[in-house]
Amino acid sequence: MKKNRSHVLPGFGLSLGFAIFYLSLIVLIPLSMVFIETAQLGWDEWFRIVTSERVIHSYKISFGTSLAAAGINAVFGLIVAWVLVRCTFPGKRLLDALIDLPFALPTAVAGITLTTLYSENGWIGQFFAPLNIKIAFTPLGITVALIFIGLPFVVRMVQPVLQNLDKEVEEAAESLGASRFQTFRKVIFPELLPALLSGFSLAFARGLGEYGSVVFIAGNMPMKTEIAPLLIMTKLEQFDYAGATAIASVMLVISFVCLILINLFQIWCRKDRLAKG
Amino acid sequence: MKSILKKKFTILAAAFFLTLALLSGCSSEETANSGKSKQDTVQLLNVSYDPTRELYEQVNQEFSAYWKEETGREIIIKQSHGGSGSQARSVIDGLEADVVTLALAYDIDAIAKHNLIAEDWADRFDHNSAPYTSTIVFLVRKGNPKKIEDWDDLVKKDVSVITPNPKTSGGARWNYLAAYGYALLKNGHDDEKAKDFIKKLYQNVEVLDTGARGSTTTFVEKGIGDVLIAWENEALLSLKELGEDEVEIVVPSISILAEPSVAVVDQVVDKKGTRKEAEAYLRFLYSEKGQELAAQNFYRPRNQKISAKYADRFPDIQLFTIDELFGGWEQAHKIHFADGGVFDSIYGG
Amino acid sequence: MHPSLETSVDTNSSKRRRGAKAGAGGGINTLLIGIALLYLSMLLFVPLVAIFVKAFEKGFGVYWAAITESDALSAVRLTLFVTAIVVPLNTLFGIAAAWAVTKFHFRGKQVLVSLVELPFSVSPVIAGLIFVLLFSPGGVLGPWFVEHGLNIIFSVPGIIIATIFVTLPFVARELIPVLEARGGSEEEAAVSLGANGWQMFWRVTLPNMKWGLLYGIILCSARSIGEFGAVSVVSGRIRGLTNTMPLHVEILYNEYQFSAAFAVASLMSILAVITLIMKSFMEWKTEQRANREVH
Repeated sequence: MKKNRSHVLPGFGLSLGFAIFYLSLIVLIPLSMVFIETAQLGWDEWFRIVTSERVIHSYKISFGTSLAAAGINAVFGLIVAWVLVRCTFPGKRLLDALIDLPFALPTAVAGITLTTLYSENGWIGQFFAPLNIKIAFTPLGITVALIFIGLPFVVRMVQPVLQNLDKEVEEAAESLGASRFQTFRKVIFPELLPALLSGFSLAFARGLGEYGSVVFIAGNMPMKTEIAPLLIMTKLEQFDYAGATAIASVMLVISFVCLILINLFQIWCRKDRLAKG
Repeated sequence: MKSILKKKFTILAAAFFLTLALLSGCSSEETANSGKSKQDTVQLLNVSYDPTRELYEQVNQEFSAYWKEETGREIIIKQSHGGSGSQARSVIDGLEADVVTLALAYDIDAIAKHNLIAEDWADRFDHNSAPYTSTIVFLVRKGNPKKIEDWDDLVKKDVSVITPNPKTSGGARWNYLAAYGYALLKNGHDDEKAKDFIKKLYQNVEVLDTGARGSTTTFVEKGIGDVLIAWENEALLSLKELGEDEVEIVVPSISILAEPSVAVVDQVVDKKGTRKEAEAYLRFLYSEKGQELAAQNFYRPRNQKISAKYADRFPDIQLFTIDELFGGWEQAHKIHFADGGVFDSIYGG
Repeated sequence: MHPSLETSVDTNSSKRRRGAKAGAGGGINTLLIGIALLYLSMLLFVPLVAIFVKAFEKGFGVYWAAITESDALSAVRLTLFVTAIVVPLNTLFGIAAAWAVTKFHFRGKQVLVSLVELPFSVSPVIAGLIFVLLFSPGGVLGPWFVEHGLNIIFSVPGIIIATIFVTLPFVARELIPVLEARGGSEEEAAVSLGANGWQMFWRVTLPNMKWGLLYGIILCSARSIGEFGAVSVVSGRIRGLTNTMPLHVEILYNEYQFSAAFAVASLMSILAVITLIMKSFMEWKTEQRANREVH
């Protein structure tokens, strides 16, 4: 533990100690239970459970829909963040405040409401029914729920970066003859990319684990619209703790790898920028 | 050095959780020592499954009045409802229920396996400790546009069926077994033909909700599907609650005798000293008053007299029991619902 | 809200950057505002409106009865109680973690940052499950607590711990970028001018991070009011004792009392929207003050 920069500042031991203590108590020790419980299974049994056909399908569905939802959120979240920072229009403050609604609304309420809206006779679903597009009770429905759940992540990650972006750089670029598109691609976008990516990854990881809202809108058909967290619940209902934790352990590892990757990427971006600067 | 750190950590951790436990003081104290708290007020916790909310709200009221009259003591009964399986799990994991009133004997057996309830619980009260019964019927759209009369109509190509997932819902296991049992009886106990039938049936299922109530909502509120396979009591209740002008009930020729079971949780009542009250509470379900309440809430009463009184509500159907056709829950679960069982094979998993 | 609009949104977004080259600034902005509004209304406005429409479907009487019923009130009380414990604890943690991570260098820092974010990506179902595994009588710590007559799981402490887990990252996540951007020079100056730790914290660090902190606290409260998945696993669902507002909504919904369920849900949305608007308003105020100081 070397403190090579701010050794004059106080509180290193206290703050780090408390943070690690609190983290271990609330996050690490409880989460390790998953692996302890899984260990009772033995390697072969564990492997058999997590690679059974239904489980594989549920991973695919969870991954596919979360990825799609996070991707859509990345594109539209960027637009929303841009609009909130760079444009002025009536009701902007209200809009800004509403972005966090998905954090605050209980997931069950979100699921029930979205199902009502997007089912065939719902307010929004009825417009899609004539086109033969079914939203509720299909993977599309799961995606809609996950877009809702992950919506604030990208917007809230990108927004502050965009706010702090030096307008002078942009102006300089433009005065040097760069088109708006070039300015965006060469100047603005690289600045936003780390935030955009971490928003994307958070939305993705959150989508992977989401349960409350999805069960209402998914239809829960095995091999078609059955998500991994639902399979965990299914195992629990049958008093199969070890099986449930086996699936949970795979999801946990995936989430953690996602987070580590994204953090590494951010470090890399920062170093890259420092090297250039 | 390290051991000091470890010690400090343990002390801090203990202090942290203790503070939390104490902070939420009164409320947790109440549940912990609710056996005999202030004065003579006794508190019982009835852990039950989803569709019995309305029934037990009334039973609790009547029983409190009855108990006050009999013994002069106040009694408060708290209710907890959820999926039958997850409720059983909560009890196993430490939810201090005095009595459990669940959807199927299998869930109570699971609690018994963890030594919270004596193995012979089913023999402690009459009729296999199932004070009321129900059966499985169909709910269809008004006017029965798809002409659904019996189980065979559910496997037709253009019929969309709604039923919950038997893996997550206790009630749905009755649905499944009713259909399977029908196919067995129809085909001279030919398991292969029955499997074929059940496969076709579940291929017609459009939405597989996690619980019985979820399925009812999908069918009635969202207007999805042509037919809902439901408990008779749920079907009658939703008719009453959600409007008779939208759906109607169709009674199949053969169905299963669904026996929701009740039991006293021995370990909890012995610890809290509430055995007397808990047993009286369950016995009350068998009394004329209790049976009447069951019938009013659309459960088939065991009592002949009450049964006759509400005869128009409950049509005669040929009913088979799970013991007759499936050799009990343990067996049925192993063959049909366990991982890799018949139900899984429907979806090729 | 026509379906064709949905498809046009998709094509527009891909055209956006190409269009940016030629189009005039105002036009693009209008287009972007349009896209943003459409997107948000499909996902946020319409659901929000739907909640209120459903809530008042059976008239104001039913609505009022639903939110003043005793079980509903005890659910509100419990939810607020849980929030009142969870938020200060997580705030303390957030400040400590952010301070350690942004002002010092140490090995494993990146792992620590990732760990702070971990609860975001853990499925609420798993979050509930781990505490059951830990505190149930068959679990690791459970027997000890049972011996001492303390109920953690299926009781209020269990709900609190599960909520702490789920909302743990919010404050830290908001503070880390803010403190990082500020660097440590201001604090170093304060210390070298003779300020002690607390003085430095109150006079320099806190004012610098107050918006991030406030925002983190608001999000943390909002989420702890609304948490459903994890809490539903560790709560015994006993009416009037361990029912939080989201669980109460589910119960009402399962009782076919749709209007009442949406009434309680609307109450929660109002709570959320009010806190969020409050935050917006405060930001606006300080912006104004800052502007006035400049001129």
